Amino acid sequence: MNTDTHAAGAHDHHHDDGHAHSTFSGYMLGFVLSVVLTAIPFWLVMSGTLPSKQITALVIMAFAIVQIVVHMIYFLHMSPKSENGWTMMALIFTIVMVVIALSGSLWVMNHLNSNMMPMHEMTGMK
Amino acid sequence: MTVAVNSSQAGEPVFYLADEHPHPEGYSTSLGFWIYLMSDCLIFAMLFAAFGVLGANYAAGPAPKDLFDLDLVAVNTSMLLLSSITYGFAMLTMQQNKVAQTQMWLAITGLFGLAFIGIELTEFAHMIHEGATPQRSAFLSAFFTLVGTHGLHVSCGLIWLVTLMVQVQKFGLIEANRRRLMCLSMFWHFLDVVWIGVFTFVYLLGVLR
Amino acid sequence: MSPDLLKLIFGRLGIESLPLHEPIVVGTFVMVALGGATLLAGLTYFRLWGYLWREWFTTVDHKRIGIMYMILGIVMLLRGFADALMMRGQQMLAFGGSEGYLNAHHYDQVFTAHGVIMIFFVAMPLVTGLMNYVVPLQIGARDVSFPFLNNFSFWMTVGGAVLVMASLFIGEFARTGWLAYPPLSNIGYSPDVGVDYYIWALQVAGVGTTLSGINLICTIVKLRCPGMTMMKMPVFTWTSLCTNILIVASFPVLTVVLALLSLDRYVGTNFFTNDFGGSPMMYVNLIWIWGHPEVYILVLPAFGIFSEVTSTFSGKRLFGYTSMVYATVVITILSYLVWLHHFFTMGSGASVNSFFGITTMIISIPTGAKMFNWLFTMYRGRIRYELPMMWTIAFMLTFVLGGMTGVLLAVPPADFVLHNSLFLIAHFHNVIIGGVVFGAFAGINYWFPKAFGFKLDVFWGKLSFWFWVVGFYLAFMPLYVLGLMGVTRRLRVFDDPSLQIWFVIAAIGAFLVFLGILSMLMQFAVSFLKREQLKDVTGDPWDARTLEWATSSPPPDYNFAFTPVVHDNDAWWDMKRRGYQRPLTGFKPIHMPSSTGTGIILAGFATAMGFGLIWYIWWLAAASFIAMLVVGIGHTFNYHRDFDIPADDVIRTEDARTKLLAGAK
Repeated sequence: MNTDTHAAGAHDHHHDDGHAHSTFSGYMLGFVLSVVLTAIPFWLVMSGTLPSKQITALVIMAFAIVQIVVHMIYFLHMSPKSENGWTMMALIFTIVMVVIALSGSLWVMNHLNSNMMPMHEMTGMK
Repeated sequence: MTVAVNSSQAGEPVFYLADEHPHPEGYSTSLGFWIYLMSDCLIFAMLFAAFGVLGANYAAGPAPKDLFDLDLVAVNTSMLLLSSITYGFAMLTMQQNKVAQTQMWLAITGLFGLAFIGIELTEFAHMIHEGATPQRSAFLSAFFTLVGTHGLHVSCGLIWLVTLMVQVQKFGLIEANRRRLMCLSMFWHFLDVVWIGVFTFVYLLGVLR
Repeated sequence: MSPDLLKLIFGRLGIESLPLHEPIVVGTFVMVALGGATLLAGLTYFRLWGYLWREWFTTVDHKRIGIMYMILGIVMLLRGFADALMMRGQQMLAFGGSEGYLNAHHYDQVFTAHGVIMIFFVAMPLVTGLMNYVVPLQIGARDVSFPFLNNFSFWMTVGGAVLVMASLFIGEFARTGWLAYPPLSNIGYSPDVGVDYYIWALQVAGVGTTLSGINLICTIVKLRCPGMTMMKMPVFTWTSLCTNILIVASFPVLTVVLALLSLDRYVGTNFFTNDFGGSPMMYVNLIWIWGHPEVYILVLPAFGIFSEVTSTFSGKRLFGYTSMVYATVVITILSYLVWLHHFFTMGSGASVNSFFGITTMIISIPTGAKMFNWLFTMYRGRIRYELPMMWTIAFMLTFVLGGMTGVLLAVPPADFVLHNSLFLIAHFHNVIIGGVVFGAFAGINYWFPKAFGFKLDVFWGKLSFWFWVVGFYLAFMPLYVLGLMGVTRRLRVFDDPSLQIWFVIAAIGAFLVFLGILSMLMQFAVSFLKREQLKDVTGDPWDARTLEWATSSPPPDYNFAFTPVVHDNDAWWDMKRRGYQRPLTGFKPIHMPSSTGTGIILAGFATAMGFGLIWYIWWLAAASFIAMLVVGIGHTFNYHRDFDIPADDVIRTEDARTKLLAGAK
């Protein structure tokens, strides 16, 4: 259970804020990647290259997720090691909460709408 | 229980630190600021939830297709991306202890941020002029609130940036100021991450709908 | 003056905003004004203002801030409980054509204010106060991670409380129920200031709560003393950690939902309206995403208190420490998966309702595990029935009952019958009073000698205990009965005379609780007078087990002269057993944060801004906002925020303690 004996070492003063190691190449790589990952979804939507809207939607959402990860690594310098893993833990916990609250709200409210909405309004939507 | 972690040489347990050093100043700051960002992340998540639930309720008003100008959004996105990399350069020059260059990159970042806010306000003004006000439909309420909250954050970041530039000018790149610049860096890049969600889910998916 | 100018200066605040036509409110106002004037005069006469400002209002010492939170909680308890007595009185009288003594306008404010005050300004300050006081001591730290922020958080909470109290005499409070559901809380149906008071009081206090959550998480993660791994943390610290994680992960949701409601009210957006695509149910959904975790925010620290108390007064190591920790973590996560059980009846389908029904029932499993852990800790222990232990036993009996009615309500078909009935009211008072309030009282009785250096009087404590426990059962068991008979909540008058007897019993119960509160105030007064007799010189009056008892009572400003090193879960118990010798020499200067008045000033401006927004006094809101910015930014130009306590001072303090300890032997 002593996974973080070091966290308790209050006298343990080596400088580890997880942000000391940013480099020029790291930032540039992140920047190039994020430009590419931004440009492709915009191009997909503006040109309508992909055959169906649903596929386009899924693809651009996938790009968004990848880009968020890129930003996390290259700009926010996330790593499992910074702050003895506490930042990563906080991030994972937050993602879980966000997923629960977002998907839960959408599910609950959609269910409500499909159960309670008068029929003529349902056909009128979208 | 496990064996004693800290024992003196005689094997006697040690119950206190006779020779201790206080925690360095700002020992908890980066973790604390990160946790604050996580709470901010939940604020945005809830605004996204509101947009997700209400975003299709046009109330016979304008829909995303009628309103969004993707060219403008692309320009705006590039402003924010550029400001991110210039902030990165500011951090790099800060590591090399170059005050003037750090200030220069911070100023450039600020200008990109200002451009972002300017373009966003133009877009808002244009929409309101066309009658697509926040009051028009639940979709527009959610849109203006979500995008506006992001813009408000960027504006706060700008105020903070200016404050920090003054402080760097006055006191130099001392430890406290480095820590503050690092917190602002996290804040700025975090807003970038939120913007990825905004342009994907609000603008691109909105136009697709 | 022209009406336009008046409107510019005073917004919608006018002489008619004062509730002069309500004799009850006017009477209260006169009493409060007289009491307040006496207090202020007394403070001035005894020249206490400077002392209060220097030593308390501007302090960044977590111990003093903790004590101030407790005082705030107890003061607001009196207000919230007055509301409760008024409701019980009204419902007891309003039968057989009688209108009772409260008109609808007033009664609706009373039940709203009761809920808001009890949750936000009684339970939250009590819980936060205990965490603030105890956690840094338990982990062997000198203060919290961000001491200035701690002071600011406290004053923001006070700011919220001030706004709620102001609504009693200036204008009105919300008449919507404690969660202010739209469309009733929308501008169309509540055009007056009540809901705006509600919104801004909670927003101002909410900022403080969120920041204090971040602060305590950092404190626990970063400032534990050497040797204290996560699995060696005292259980109270564990539950505090989980509570603060819940705070940080749920209060932003409240902030958002209240902000959206205020946009609807101030700007005319359509989030929660019935027109233009808005959805009032979205408000209900969002606010319960905050609201359910809030319940666990309150009760988890109480669980921690009971764990400490049970283990101390049974003279045994806590049974099942690891399972206790895991149960707490599981509750933390699960508390996010149950929010829909508050609105099963809104019209979602069977799949949604059964999902949330099942997750709700699952939550009772880790809670049950905790109950068994406490029972097994007591089993074959040498139990001492001191006051904290008495509250703990009362909790175990009462909370199990409340938990079982909770599982009953978690069954969606049963909920369709019991939704919004007095059965629900009885259930949540059963868990909140039985869990949180009893927990806070156990904690107060347990840690009071640590905070003040003398124990609390036992006679008045026992009196208070029995009045509370008997009063609680008399007040709420009838509500279960009434709820099963179909009586809904928030009713002002009744037709069916056969119900009256139950309300009479409930009112008697409430009166007994009132006597319990009075006895508790007496207990504080008597203990203060008998403080020499009740004195604790050892710093360890209960023969306890965790680190906070290793230092003196009350602890010095710096908590520990030397940072402790921990080898065991029950660190202090281990130290006592293995012959720990208190260090007498080698003291060094100690680095500490300095006091600052910025927190109270910022919170004052925030409160003024809230007041301006409530009454549409735009110049006041804008000016306060700008003032906040200026003061806040100005504060960041101060780079020298700490000082060293000189070694001589440390030596003097520690020598005094050495003398005291020698005298005790």
